[in-house]
Amino acid sequence: MIELMPAEGVFSLIWVLIALPLLGAGILLLGGRRTNSWGPYLGVFTVVGSAVLAVLMLLAMMGQPAEERSVGQTLFTWVFAGSFQADMAFQLDQLSMVFVLLITIVGSLIHIYSIGYMSHDVDKRKFFGYLNLFVAAMLLLVLANNYFLLYVGWEGVGLASYLLIGFWQIKPTAAAAAKKAFIINRVGDVGLSLAIMVMFVTFGSVSFQDVFGQSGEASEGTLTAIGLLLLLAACGKSAQFPLQAWLLDAMEGPTPVSALIHAATMVTAGVYLIVRSNAVFDRAVWAAAAVVLVGLITIFMGAIIGSAKDDIKKSLAGSTMSQIGYMIFAAGLGPIGYVFAIFHLLTHGVFKAGLFLGAGSVMHGMKDNVNMRRYGALRGLMVITFVTFLAGYLAIMGIPPFAGFWSKDEIIHAAFERSWVIGAAAILGAGITGFYMTRMVAMTFFGKARWEDDVHPHESPAVMTVPLVILALGSTFLGMALLFWGNIESWLEPVVGFASGPTTLSSITLMAITLVVVLVGAFIGWRQYGANPVPIEAPRGNWLTRAARRDLYGDLVNEVVIVRPSFALARWLAWFDSAWIDGIVNGSAAFVGGAAGRIRRTQSGFARSYALSMLGGAVLIVAALVLVRLS
Amino acid sequence: MNPANYVVLSAVLFSLGAIGVLVRRNAIIVFMSVELMLNAANLAFVAFARMNGNLDGQVAAFFVMVVAAAEVVVGLAIIVTIFRSRRSASIDEPNLLKY
Repeated sequence: MIELMPAEGVFSLIWVLIALPLLGAGILLLGGRRTNSWGPYLGVFTVVGSAVLAVLMLLAMMGQPAEERSVGQTLFTWVFAGSFQADMAFQLDQLSMVFVLLITIVGSLIHIYSIGYMSHDVDKRKFFGYLNLFVAAMLLLVLANNYFLLYVGWEGVGLASYLLIGFWQIKPTAAAAAKKAFIINRVGDVGLSLAIMVMFVTFGSVSFQDVFGQSGEASEGTLTAIGLLLLLAACGKSAQFPLQAWLLDAMEGPTPVSALIHAATMVTAGVYLIVRSNAVFDRAVWAAAAVVLVGLITIFMGAIIGSAKDDIKKSLAGSTMSQIGYMIFAAGLGPIGYVFAIFHLLTHGVFKAGLFLGAGSVMHGMKDNVNMRRYGALRGLMVITFVTFLAGYLAIMGIPPFAGFWSKDEIIHAAFERSWVIGAAAILGAGITGFYMTRMVAMTFFGKARWEDDVHPHESPAVMTVPLVILALGSTFLGMALLFWGNIESWLEPVVGFASGPTTLSSITLMAITLVVVLVGAFIGWRQYGANPVPIEAPRGNWLTRAARRDLYGDLVNEVVIVRPSFALARWLAWFDSAWIDGIVNGSAAFVGGAAGRIRRTQSGFARSYALSMLGGAVLIVAALVLVRLS
Repeated sequence: MNPANYVVLSAVLFSLGAIGVLVRRNAIIVFMSVELMLNAANLAFVAFARMNGNLDGQVAAFFVMVVAAAEVVVGLAIIVTIFRSRRSASIDEPNLLKY
């Protein structure tokens, strides 16, 4: 276990990273209409401030030797009850650092982009307040030094996600999507809270230092339980099977939100959780195997859904599910995969944010129409959007030398080191990626114009295209930069460990095979959607297409497995309550009432009948006494 | 004379009183029947005191007399008041106090 260095110099400002956006959120959300005019700019300023601070910290960290790069800062003891203690304390190590950079820099670009995208929205101040809140919560999540504080950030991003998906809550679909995301996330959150409880019972502490330091002493069964619970949490937050259903509906939110929260950062929190808890998963073999399985299933579910959707954002959301599946998959592979899970997370965060913002730019020019069947031939009219989208497209497919190539190739390589079966599955997933991304690009930018009558596509303003260009540059060069210049394996190695095993195929062969499969996928996509005209009305499609259009029956499964049984149980309980519980209570009351109604008739008001009953009673008592005496 | 005869007389008087209470309508007569029952009880008390050779029953008889005297005062006052308002001493007519 690495000792934490005391926070000195620029690192004494770790808390400021979180405090700046939190302050922004506070001012924007509590300040009301007074902040309308300058609020959005304040929102951008706080996040850019955090980003500048993060870069300064990166530079300071790079100046330290590798074993002194983990910095801890304790502000105060937050919860203290019996033997339980949770500090308001932060841990900035190599893993947190790359997350902080991703969150603040991509977050800054998306904030800037939002100034253009949300310029016509009356509630844009509130929007920026929520975005700031999200950035603060996400930074808290990755900077916390114990699971309890991490949980606060975990819930914070869930709240921000809920608020932002439902930002246009005037639309019933958006309100429903927000609730759906929140409720499905709760299922995962239960897993995290149970995991924290098990940790406390087992280790007597919830701080990373203690839990990982003592993980060797716990039984494998306990660690497996913790690992599976953490996996449940990751499934909820990262939209992995079986808790994947919310992410597609989450696209009801504004596009910058989809880019920041539902592509680049929040949905990758599950990957962070698993990689951060590597000490647990290293010893919990079955939990790690479950992680791999979940990742693999989601790679294919997401890719198949992404291949069938006509809504550009939902297609991208399916793609996000699939790519996060790759990360979870890599994280489950163990020390050979952790580094590449994070590597892919970083490149994906950049190129997927670029793709989403590109989609937003297209929608901006198409009067917010999301149906790709009404796009087409936009490459000449939106040159910057087209070129930047193309960079993201090549990156996500893994065409060298774009960013995704390096990270995805490493994951596939690591998978082959484990087993050729899962390696082949990962390659097949990459092929489907080639198909659906080509389909998206072909339907949007190529072919004939299928626009609706009153739409006049135009390029977006500079405030939107500049972030696109920066993200496109990232999509192009980030992979190479991190691998060759940043040396990401040795950078992350002290925190997450790194090992490479014997491989069954040489890396050049593997690269070639992957590339061929991807290009075959891309070719099929091009032949179907680029070379042939795209019908405006979607054809019926085969059974797989129809299933994928309905999210592979994710909602149906939830409906049948959870919702209907719950409703049936609730109805039965309601019936039992009204028929039996109320029946007994009301029945006894009615019995007493009815009996009293009859008995009171004896109160006739005739004094002589009272006297008779008194006499009868007296005679009865005397008779009873006599009987008792005689017998 | 056999003291048991007093007890029998007491039982006869008590039964007469009880029948009087049950069958007569005039409040005054009912009242007199009640007095008859009380005095039948007194007779039994005194007879038993004699039979047992102690004074307990006689003391009880005195208590009954005192209570009966007080009861007569209150009861007659009620009967007179009811008679004044209703011009009748029938015990069946005032039946407002019912279900």
